[in-house]
Amino acid sequence: MNWLALASIVSAAMAVSFGAIGPALAEGRAVAAAMDAIARQPEAANTISRTLFVGLAMIETMAIYCLVIALLLLFANPLLK
Amino acid sequence: MNSPLSSIPLFHIGPVPISSAVAVTWVIMAALVLGAIALSRCLKLVPSATQAVFELVVETVDAQIRDTMRVGPAPYRAFIGTLFAFIFVANWSSLIPGVEPPTAHLETDAALALIVFLAVIWFGIRAGGVRGYLATFATPSPLMIPLNFLESITRTFSLLVRLFGNVMSGVFVIGIVLSLAGLLVPIPLMALDLLTGAVQAYIFAVLAMVFIAGTVSEGKEDPESSNPDSLIPGTHP
Repeated sequence: MNWLALASIVSAAMAVSFGAIGPALAEGRAVAAAMDAIARQPEAANTISRTLFVGLAMIETMAIYCLVIALLLLFANPLLK
Repeated sequence: MNSPLSSIPLFHIGPVPISSAVAVTWVIMAALVLGAIALSRCLKLVPSATQAVFELVVETVDAQIRDTMRVGPAPYRAFIGTLFAFIFVANWSSLIPGVEPPTAHLETDAALALIVFLAVIWFGIRAGGVRGYLATFATPSPLMIPLNFLESITRTFSLLVRLFGNVMSGVFVIGIVLSLAGLLVPIPLMALDLLTGAVQAYIFAVLAMVFIAGTVSEGKEDPESSNPDSLIPGTHP
């Protein structure tokens, strides 16, 4: 195995592991804020949870981007062809 | 293990290779169309149980459109409802053994995101004309034209990557777990995958609604007609 393949595998693992930290913290904050809001204003729970879902999907996309980059590095790496 | 980014042709029609994702897509399309025809043929004023269930579905879609877009649901019901129904059925088609969801392949998601991209242009032009649609790029100021233009492309791309990444990662994880452990271990992951599939179908439809509503409300002739206060939570009674 040459060093390029090794570097690709290591950077794919790093992309997923470090790329998951930020979205995890952000999703935690978003859910905590939504819980707080629902506790204060239970009648707005529908609107809040709908907005929360869309927001979570937005945040989660960041982690998914990292996953796609990792898969590109592992399966479709142009440098290894 | 096969790469999740490539697809293997199942059979050929003439020179055109047909992958399994395309074949599953055709089956889902046929099932949805035939089911819709069969259901709408025998509509009654006093609904049967099946009709009542599907009326509930349509009313839920209407309510979501009304809540998210703040307009009447009639022009958007068909598009949003079909989008949601197709993605939902496609994500849950993994329940059938041996079937891989077509949304776990890049090309199906690219097609769906492209449909949303074109639908935003179509609804924008229909609401405000070509001038009105092009003027939405210059809101709030002409300085934003490059950014708004870039945003309309990147948000389509993120729609594509979001659906692909979520569904594909579910399939991929189940494949890995199945190759490591035995029969019953992947079942909780499959249940999680179904939840993710339903949520992603909902989110895809909601984001399509949000993009269309943004373009339509910006392209209107008079901005007073849409009530911006109602979008801020806490201001309505």
